[in-house]
Amino acid sequence: MFKRFDFPAYYGPLDKLGWLGLRLAALLALLFLVLPIVVIVPLSFSDSSFLAYPIQGWSLQWYREMWNAPEWARAARNSFIVAPVSTLVATVLGTLAAMGLARNQFVGKGLVTGLLISPMVVPIVVVGVSSYLYFARLGLNDSYLGLILVHAALGAPFVVTTVLATLQSFNANLVKASLSLGASPLETFFRVTLPVIAPGVISGALFAFATSFDEVVVTLFLAGPEQVTLPRQMFTGIRENISPTIAAVATLLILFTTLLMMTLEWLRGRRK
Amino acid sequence: MTGSGNVMAAGRMPSVALAAAQDGDLVGQLRRAERRRKLRAIALTMPLLVFLLVFFLVPLASLLLRAVENPEVADALPRTGQVLSGWDRHGPAPDAAYAALIQDLKAIGETAQVGVLARRLNSEVAGGRSLIMGTYRALPLGDPASAEQARAALLAHDARWEEQAYWLALARNSSRWTPDYLLTAVDLRRNAEGGIERVPADEAAFSDILLRTFQMSAVVTVIALLIAYPLAYWLSTLSERRANLMLILVLLPFWTSVLVRIAAWIVLLQNNGLINRFLQFIGLTDAPLPLLFNRTGVIIAMVHILLPFMILPLYSVMKSVPTNYLRAAISLGSPPLAAFFRVYLPQTYPGVAAGGLLVFITCIGYYVTPALLGGASDQMLSYYVAQYTNVEVNWGMACALGGVLLTTTLVLYALYRKVSKAELSLG
Repeated sequence: MFKRFDFPAYYGPLDKLGWLGLRLAALLALLFLVLPIVVIVPLSFSDSSFLAYPIQGWSLQWYREMWNAPEWARAARNSFIVAPVSTLVATVLGTLAAMGLARNQFVGKGLVTGLLISPMVVPIVVVGVSSYLYFARLGLNDSYLGLILVHAALGAPFVVTTVLATLQSFNANLVKASLSLGASPLETFFRVTLPVIAPGVISGALFAFATSFDEVVVTLFLAGPEQVTLPRQMFTGIRENISPTIAAVATLLILFTTLLMMTLEWLRGRRK
Repeated sequence: MTGSGNVMAAGRMPSVALAAAQDGDLVGQLRRAERRRKLRAIALTMPLLVFLLVFFLVPLASLLLRAVENPEVADALPRTGQVLSGWDRHGPAPDAAYAALIQDLKAIGETAQVGVLARRLNSEVAGGRSLIMGTYRALPLGDPASAEQARAALLAHDARWEEQAYWLALARNSSRWTPDYLLTAVDLRRNAEGGIERVPADEAAFSDILLRTFQMSAVVTVIALLIAYPLAYWLSTLSERRANLMLILVLLPFWTSVLVRIAAWIVLLQNNGLINRFLQFIGLTDAPLPLLFNRTGVIIAMVHILLPFMILPLYSVMKSVPTNYLRAAISLGSPPLAAFFRVYLPQTYPGVAAGGLLVFITCIGYYVTPALLGGASDQMLSYYVAQYTNVEVNWGMACALGGVLLTTTLVLYALYRKVSKAELSLG
């Protein structure tokens, strides 16, 4: 990016400095963004029990330790129960709602839209306390169901907004054609509409999944010892005794979310 | 099935026209078709709406209700409350109140309810718990026959019953609804006459917390803007392909778990972490700087976590800013740097406002980052909401603080919607 140092003639010294400063600042910003993620990965392969550089020797012991620790196994299992189920609920309800909202005008649409995306806006600690106090009366605290319900509510707005965005560019004539050729509305949905808007639906689902998979505050309030998820276990780990095992878990999580992100980028490309 | 609803109405047009020819009521038929379409649209939004109502919005409303609800004294001591409502709150409590109190306490079936009452009184006046529990255990206090005897019996059991403070607390809380939690949340209180006054400075705590929350959020927002602006500008000058490649570096941290990033910052910021080693290496400092479990660490990590929320709106605005104006300014003789500040910068204000508000709104609700990286004096409003829920078990206070946080967020979000003129969208 520093290839062209031959500035146009009208660039004064101050302008050249500004140009260089801008690019340097951009580069430093990128470094700042990536540094923490790059730094923690090698430490997970260190043979020292201190999370610090320089690394003396290499070992896989922290991965072995994580693999053998019952609390991490349980946390992983819980995360892979809660996140997929809440994603499923959020995706089905969110897609239906988006189809109702797109290209239809009805009284109170603004209010309905506002309510449907409200979980995106409400501070997470308020969500945690309100569901904790309310679910206590319903007997839903310390249960998978309670956690799944709130995570689904938190994820649904992402599905609504992404599917809504996809439907804006959806060619409604396809549905017209399908219906006029004798397909039922349900058949039309599954064989015409859904395949076309699938990238949007999947993007929304991935956002919902990531929301649940990374959620810790509501889990702090609602989950009992049986429902501890990966972020919740990491919270405990960081607070009590930060060890290279955390770095091993973090590395695996970075790998996993990178895959999620790449899938999403690929879908975004397909959607265009 | 939006599209299909839309189209089905249109698809039915020929048959509608045919029917109209038969009964001559085309307008009515069209209106009915339109109404069916609307009903279908509403029906499609219903499942999610009902789901959110039951598991999200009703709990939220119940939280707000709890901020003004005050059932403990009203439930446990109905007669006492009634007597005290006629008390002028200046002299000693009337004898009838003593008699009513004994009657009420006797009528309480479960010890648990006494515990709730005792805790409530204790949060108002120190020593309230032992006073209530002790009196309850000493019942029936010789079954006094008259009000005077009741007063004498209570005073004989515990002389503190003479103190006005306890009776005032009972009188103040004998109604089912109270503004007290909300007033306390903004450092106000009701005085004995029922007027509203400021809490003395040495007792005021919550305005400091609120101020600190805003202050930290503002600092994070400004730093994030300063870091994000040059990067977003540089990205907007790149070709689409290269910009997308660079954007991956922005999105990777965005997608990485917040807890992973917090762990990484602990590694970086600790005393023998890379940052301190680097600072010592270049000779900026001799001893390691304390960067962890204080304000600095919290701010650094929060800027890192929220930076993508600033970069993405800025980038999307900058991409749509035409470069003609900048070039025109330069060709008219303005130095490029001056042109940048006077022509380009103002055109990106919508992005600055949208990104800034988005980051600020997200900041004021932050809990995990300060809780894990900050010290006791770096905690924000959310921390106290959690604290009053789990540790103090004062749910009225937790809900009042939560209500303040929620209201602030919603007001700022309304502002954000006005500025960005678009739905929060990540798609």
